[in-house]
Amino acid sequence: MGYSSGRMLLSQSDGPVSRFRAWVFIVIPLLAILFQVYVPLFFPILSFLEMPLLVVVYLSLTQRSQVGGLLTGALIGLAQDSLSKNPLGMFGICKTLVGYFAASVGVHFNVENTVIRLFLSFVFYLFHQVLYWVMQRMLLAQQPAFDYQSWLLFGALNAVVGASLFHFLDKLRATG
Amino acid sequence: MESFVNRYRNLTILLLVIFAQFLLLAVQVKNDQDVRIIRVWTVTAVTPFARVVELLRGGSVGFIRNYILLHDEDAENRRLRDQVGRLKLDNIFLKNELNTAERAKALGVFQARIPSKTLAATVIGTGAGSNAKVVYVDAGSTRGVERGMAVVTPDGIVGKVLAAYPTASEILLATDADFAAGVVSQDGTVRGTLKGQGTPLVKVDYVPIQEKVQVGEWFYTSGDDRIFPRGFPVGVVRSVRDSQPFKEILLDVAGLEHVLEDVLIITQGVHQDIPPTPVADQPVYIAPPAPDEAKPAAPAAGGTPPPMTDADKLRQEYQAAGEAQGHKFGSLQSGPPDFTGIPTTLPRNPARAATPPAAAPPAATPPAGAPAAAGPKPATGATTRTTESTRHSNQANGEPTGGKQK
Repeated sequence: MGYSSGRMLLSQSDGPVSRFRAWVFIVIPLLAILFQVYVPLFFPILSFLEMPLLVVVYLSLTQRSQVGGLLTGALIGLAQDSLSKNPLGMFGICKTLVGYFAASVGVHFNVENTVIRLFLSFVFYLFHQVLYWVMQRMLLAQQPAFDYQSWLLFGALNAVVGASLFHFLDKLRATG
Repeated sequence: MESFVNRYRNLTILLLVIFAQFLLLAVQVKNDQDVRIIRVWTVTAVTPFARVVELLRGGSVGFIRNYILLHDEDAENRRLRDQVGRLKLDNIFLKNELNTAERAKALGVFQARIPSKTLAATVIGTGAGSNAKVVYVDAGSTRGVERGMAVVTPDGIVGKVLAAYPTASEILLATDADFAAGVVSQDGTVRGTLKGQGTPLVKVDYVPIQEKVQVGEWFYTSGDDRIFPRGFPVGVVRSVRDSQPFKEILLDVAGLEHVLEDVLIITQGVHQDIPPTPVADQPVYIAPPAPDEAKPAAPAAGGTPPPMTDADKLRQEYQAAGEAQGHKFGSLQSGPPDFTGIPTTLPRNPARAATPPAAAPPAATPPAGAPAAAGPKPATGATTRTTESTRHSNQANGEPTGGKQK
């Protein structure tokens, strides 16, 4: 797998070969983190959006490399941990697993379809929330509420936003 | 072995990365210490971008307001808002002082005492978690911020400094589940521990069920936690329920009712007293009535006359009439005085004046020598005559009695 002239090989499967410019891997996660720390300040209603998670899912799905996916998830998760009050590693572990599984799905399935993207965003949001809830209870001895109704609702909203975001991010990759 | 690792390369890397993060997590939880260096890197990396975004937002909003929508009003509005904020703080301080000492003394104490030293900071971001109750401000350790310092607004407490980085500080909001502070009710009888719940409402815990707390009552910082100086408003009680073993008291945090933009970090706290009663229940001072223009008050010898109510004036008139007739008040030997011809100058109720008084018929003649009997016509008599003539006129015109009476 070769990475030349600032472009990264995206696809390892039989699908069309797509490349992301290198800066996308830095700027998009950074913007997602900034969104997460800045936008809810003025629009608290948007605090349900897990923009870093959506970016991890998208980059992992399109990267189709399990190692790349888990590393992307780990780095974004640790950055998110650093800006939260929780111990480092909580978001990191969750997003590492999300990145790994999303990349695994991307290897085996065609993830260009909007409906599949909606479904995957919803599922990975639920997976992330449940895993985070379990880790809070098991590792930090906290007693968070099992608010599955909110998770289902926010999962659906995140999926809708995610599908739109993925459509926009698709424009950043060059097909060749 | 090598072939095994090659075959399961992805899974091996996944397990290694997960294991490394578990190790990182375990070290933090076990030692109850943070891996500060990673946070410093991230905060230092993100803060400049957040500042730029805030600058762009503030700049564009300011431009639109200043040059397009409100050319001059915005500056005035900001000045007034700052002034209101300062006055609110001054007001809290003055109210506390005035409730503990005399006005002059309190002013002297106020002038002599230095209030809490604060450092202004702007909120530049929130915590990264979707349920995070932390915010970041643009004042860090280089400006003297330290971990554990209290953060307030003129409306009330906001939270405390969770971590101070060189360029920014992390503030734990009062609504976070990990937040706690000592609080006391306004009358000082109920003490408890304020605890965040992760929701907009916070809980006052450890209040015995026999204590009386009312909805609408204010809670203030008690100063027991050594973080918040005593006397800062915390919030108002929204609900009270008896539960075992303590009361369940929920508060609205006054400092978080609006969007947080600017906060004050208390670098040197000064404890203050708590106002004993709410503002709405304080006694209201009522000024004396304005002097009657028709009858200037007779000045007392060598000075201004004391303020009099209408009842005082009426009593004075009747007393003067009685004395003019030689009546000695309080004595049974002098006969009853005749008050029928007293020309009162007090304003009368027109509705009452419209009804002919039974005690003072129009034919009543004031006694000779009665004060003001030879003066201008008594207001009551004049009103009565007007009423009579109006009634006759109305009856002649077929209109109901008093129909045109104003």
